[in-house]
Amino acid sequence: MSEDTLLSASRLTLRFGAVPALVEVDAELWPGEVLAVVGESGSGKTTLLNVLSGRLRPQSGVVWYRDPEGRLHDVHAMPLPALRALHRSDWGFVHQNPRENLRLGVTAGGNVGERLMAQGSRHYGRIREEAIGWLRQVEIDADRVDDLPRTFSGGMLQRLQIARTLVTHPRLVFMDEPTGGLDVSVQARLLDLIRSLVSRLGIAAVLVTHDLAVARLLAHRIMVMQRGRVVEAGLTDQVLDDPRHEYTQLLVSSVLQA
Amino acid sequence: MNTGYNFAYLDEQTKRMVRRAILKAVAIPGHQVPFGSREMPLPYGWGTGGIQLTASIIGPDDVLKVIDQGADDTTNAVSIRRFFARTAGVAPTTRTGDASIIQTRHRIPEKPLREDQIIVYQVPQPEPLSRLEPSRAETRRMHALSEYGLMHVKLYEDITRFGHVAISYDYPVMVNHRYLMAPSPIPAFDNPKLHMMPALQLFGAGREKRIYAVPPWTDVRSLDFDDHPFRAARAPHSCGLCGATDGYLDEVVVDDRGGRLFVCSDTDHCETRRAAGHTGADALAAE
Repeated sequence: MSEDTLLSASRLTLRFGAVPALVEVDAELWPGEVLAVVGESGSGKTTLLNVLSGRLRPQSGVVWYRDPEGRLHDVHAMPLPALRALHRSDWGFVHQNPRENLRLGVTAGGNVGERLMAQGSRHYGRIREEAIGWLRQVEIDADRVDDLPRTFSGGMLQRLQIARTLVTHPRLVFMDEPTGGLDVSVQARLLDLIRSLVSRLGIAAVLVTHDLAVARLLAHRIMVMQRGRVVEAGLTDQVLDDPRHEYTQLLVSSVLQA
Repeated sequence: MNTGYNFAYLDEQTKRMVRRAILKAVAIPGHQVPFGSREMPLPYGWGTGGIQLTASIIGPDDVLKVIDQGADDTTNAVSIRRFFARTAGVAPTTRTGDASIIQTRHRIPEKPLREDQIIVYQVPQPEPLSRLEPSRAETRRMHALSEYGLMHVKLYEDITRFGHVAISYDYPVMVNHRYLMAPSPIPAFDNPKLHMMPALQLFGAGREKRIYAVPPWTDVRSLDFDDHPFRAARAPHSCGLCGATDGYLDEVVVDDRGGRLFVCSDTDHCETRRAAGHTGADALAAE
């Protein structure tokens, strides 16, 4: 692992019974970099995300994380309180379905403010101000701050989830199909938003997607997975313009040209 | 005294088990300790937890006071007092100052308690996070890791919707800067009395099988925001019988023409004041 890597995984292996979900997977992520993990359903993308973020324990292999002070942590050997604290502050997780992450009975402001309160913010006015600021950043009208998420559209829910995740200024965000289940014009707007936020705030991200267009738009580097193995990895444009592995070639050629 | 039962109804092994739970609860203020709650001769919700605690700590020389909503003369209080008079033969009292053990539901007496007294609360729901997080496994983890942001989300929501924290009873508290605790359904008005109380406070939840405690002189803070500090709300009236302006009041409907009478909910407090010559505006009409 080099001096400044943010996250580094080596030889991750995990089987669900006879099904190999991850086979000897290596991955590295540098600060401010977006890494896309692509592949078809069942190729192990989401499993890899869960293992990298410490939510799932691999059968072998290790994941290292470098904190802001430069200390290295073995993610799976960390005590639970430390890991949960990391998930609340330095890390963020954006789910495919925003309803899994949001509290639907709590107002938009409460949803965005929850991570602040979990970190010990005890000033109502400041929490609310911060929440309104973040709603603006994700292009939600400030006067929706007291509305319940169930009155929001799918695209707005996803943007609300992003605001809720970014409010603590995480250095690393895990995204699981952030544009899945949205129609094309909403997807485009959301991608634009994610791209500008990530570059402006200098956030590193691991992005799982089956949509090569999403990967091309957002990611600096790309990893192609098939049956738990990384078959090809490299700079996004390089891999997508000149795919070497036959499975990558198949993926690239199966994208519909509008 | 009825001699057909063991002293104070419970058998000695059960009392020992409950006492062990009490000792553990006192050692970890605010932490909910599981215990083997027994079937008692009264229904769940009527104070089975409190009655087991009282049965385990009571001795022949104790003086017992039982209150329900502050009153000594309501069904629940009368039944439990008679229960211990029959099974333990202890002397009952209605005077707060004379009691060595006070079992209570929904109130803390107005008269400050002393170091030689124990107050036993009847608790329907010991888990302060129960309305917010349905999984008990998860709430236990939240207690273990001291992750109480969710409770503040609830307070945030209340201020957003109502302009103030709209919890009028069972107002959550932090005990000894560590555990979030449900103070049982006492009015938020009574919360400040929990803080640095000289008496030992025991909490028993019979159906939920949990015991917890606040040792004497322990820091107990009601949750709030810096810019929305905790306020102990009380009806803006004086007691109609004794004229008290400091106690917690019950609102009593006295006729079908909109008549209202505000009286102290703590009957002992009210009687003591009236015996000392205080009278309220409605004292004559009430007689």
